[in-house]
Amino acid sequence: MAKKTYRQAINEAIASEMRRDPRVIVMGEDNAGGAGAPGEQDAWGGVLGVTKGLIGEFGAERVLDTPITESAFIGAAAGAAATGLRPVAELMFIDFMGVCFDQIFNQAAKFRYMFGGRAVTPLVIRTMYGAGFRAASQHSQSLYPIFTHIPGLKVVLPSSPYDAKGLLIQAIRDDDPVIFCEHKVLYDETGEVPDEAYTIPFGEANLTREGKDLTIVAFGRMVNFANQAADQLRREGISATVVDPRTTSPLDSETILDCVAETGRLVVVDEASPRCSMAADICRLVAEEAFSHLKAPIRTITPPHTPVPFSPQLEDLYVPGVPRILDAARAVMQH
Amino acid sequence: MSETSGEIRAVTVPKWGLAMEEGTLTAWLAGEGATIAKGQELAEIESTKIANVLESPAAGVLRRQVAQPGQVLPVGALLGVIAPAGVPDADIDAFVAGFVVDPPDEEGAEAGLAEGEAAGARGPIAYKAANPRAEAVPAILVHGFGGDSDNFMFNIEALAADRPVYAIDLPGHGRSAKAIGSGDMAELAGAILALMDAVDAPRAHLVGHSLGAAACFEVASQAPERVASLAGVAPAGLGPTVNDAYISGFLAAERRKDVKAALQMLFADPDLVSAAMIEGVQRALRLDGAREALSAIAAATLPGGSQARNYRAMLGATSIRTLVLWGERDAILPPEQGEGLPDAVRLVRVPAVGHMPHMEAAALVNEQLAAHFAAG
Repeated sequence: MAKKTYRQAINEAIASEMRRDPRVIVMGEDNAGGAGAPGEQDAWGGVLGVTKGLIGEFGAERVLDTPITESAFIGAAAGAAATGLRPVAELMFIDFMGVCFDQIFNQAAKFRYMFGGRAVTPLVIRTMYGAGFRAASQHSQSLYPIFTHIPGLKVVLPSSPYDAKGLLIQAIRDDDPVIFCEHKVLYDETGEVPDEAYTIPFGEANLTREGKDLTIVAFGRMVNFANQAADQLRREGISATVVDPRTTSPLDSETILDCVAETGRLVVVDEASPRCSMAADICRLVAEEAFSHLKAPIRTITPPHTPVPFSPQLEDLYVPGVPRILDAARAVMQH
Repeated sequence: MSETSGEIRAVTVPKWGLAMEEGTLTAWLAGEGATIAKGQELAEIESTKIANVLESPAAGVLRRQVAQPGQVLPVGALLGVIAPAGVPDADIDAFVAGFVVDPPDEEGAEAGLAEGEAAGARGPIAYKAANPRAEAVPAILVHGFGGDSDNFMFNIEALAADRPVYAIDLPGHGRSAKAIGSGDMAELAGAILALMDAVDAPRAHLVGHSLGAAACFEVASQAPERVASLAGVAPAGLGPTVNDAYISGFLAAERRKDVKAALQMLFADPDLVSAAMIEGVQRALRLDGAREALSAIAAATLPGGSQARNYRAMLGATSIRTLVLWGERDAILPPEQGEGLPDAVRLVRVPAVGHMPHMEAAALVNEQLAAHFAAG
């Protein structure tokens, strides 16, 4: 099977759904890529080239460049979704969501509820998150917990090229607003991705490693680090299960609880700031529902509660990495 | 090769399947100093795809356990040393110290990994090929309901030493087209014949597992001149029923847990079902159209827990040599369905395995199949 990058997988998912359903449109800053200037059409395809090539196949009617006004075009996308299109809007960096919060959490997220279930909002907002790109504190945050907090939004964090394609097709076919969070450091990661269309249901965790001693729950890019840590632990005679929830809303609580019941030990790895985070949420879940299974205190691995530093040395210290996961795993094993 | 050195034999991490690059030693099944027969169970090894038992490559004494349980080792790495009791310890030490892992044979792996597509009636029929340029009559491996060519990961290379071996993805399965017509046995047999045409094989040894065996029997009914021999592994097409809890459970399984429960019915030891195996099945089921295609095939060939076709009469009348292998703990097609077969059919019962003898007891199945092919 063909190996593809995370970037290609996302591009393929959009193209495949645009072919299948004429209501699917793409909009965002530079998505078409300088369209209008002679010879410049499709030069860009989004800030990191994810939508490159789409305007050539689907034309400017369905691949829209927007002004740098997130409040306007995310609002337009929500309205278009409520009136029958299926927009895939690209909001360049998740850090910019602040300027269009009303459109997302007070409009798109509420339509179904406020209109008595008679309105649907099949809107996908694709956005980049995460540190490690030397992009400083205004372009490096992992703000997915904020969206997870809002009832009415679905929040997706693909950790691999395979998952990116299947989860994005699911997102586009879903009738509710979906915040699709792409980690900018993962775009060049490669993996096996089928050419055909497929869907991964929301709320179904993936077990990327299976073990008996310890459960590591990790999100997005952190799944790769958790896998590396699990492989190292295995060489030390410790077998760890790695749970990738894939979506934070809905959350596959059942799988997390099952794994904790089986292993009795839990480490959670989350790239978001520690307060009101998925790490905190999972600690709450396990403390309430699986306390009697725990053989050791839960350990969380998160960045410190600070902005993402610009200094490369400090940024590397900020992002949770394999050594910290190994330390936490060994500590809970020794408890 | 550094496998043999006089009477000293290396026990190494086996390569069970094309994707296997490393294995974990989960347990030794024989102690240091134990006398070992050739083929005796030596150790349990786990790859990302499956856990399995390593059988001893030689008779002798297990002089050294070089690897310890829990260790992850590359394919070809030294697990232990077997030698006669009389070999001095110093020689064993020297052998261990001088052991070099052969680098993986990349060229061979490439050849083994060949993939192709035949033109089926409703779209491409995908297949994998091992040793496709060999001269002998090829063997074609046909998976069962819901499976794909990867089900033969422990068999395809082992059987390809002296002949081409092709493993098909039946219509609706694996990478083959999801468009299905009636979904009946004739359609499945048509795909096998399409593969034979695509690889220019006028005749082939047909090996089918479960529903795939019935499809091979159907080929033998329609075109006996193209069948060099038949082998059914836990075959459908010989009895009245199938365990419908498996068929409908598999079709209805959306969540990982449900897929796992269904797959565990296939094996005598449910621990053989790994997370990677479950994910592989889920990946196949998630493809657009896959579930609909499988439902159509189940409705046409295994309606409501019954079997639509029975090939006992054909097997009694044909001159094609036929081998049947059946796991004694098969929970999908009960082993009693192998009773009272026509005299010409050779039946081999496989102890302590379930519905997947070609995975659960790969070495035995491969040996039986190779002898069966060669006997013609």
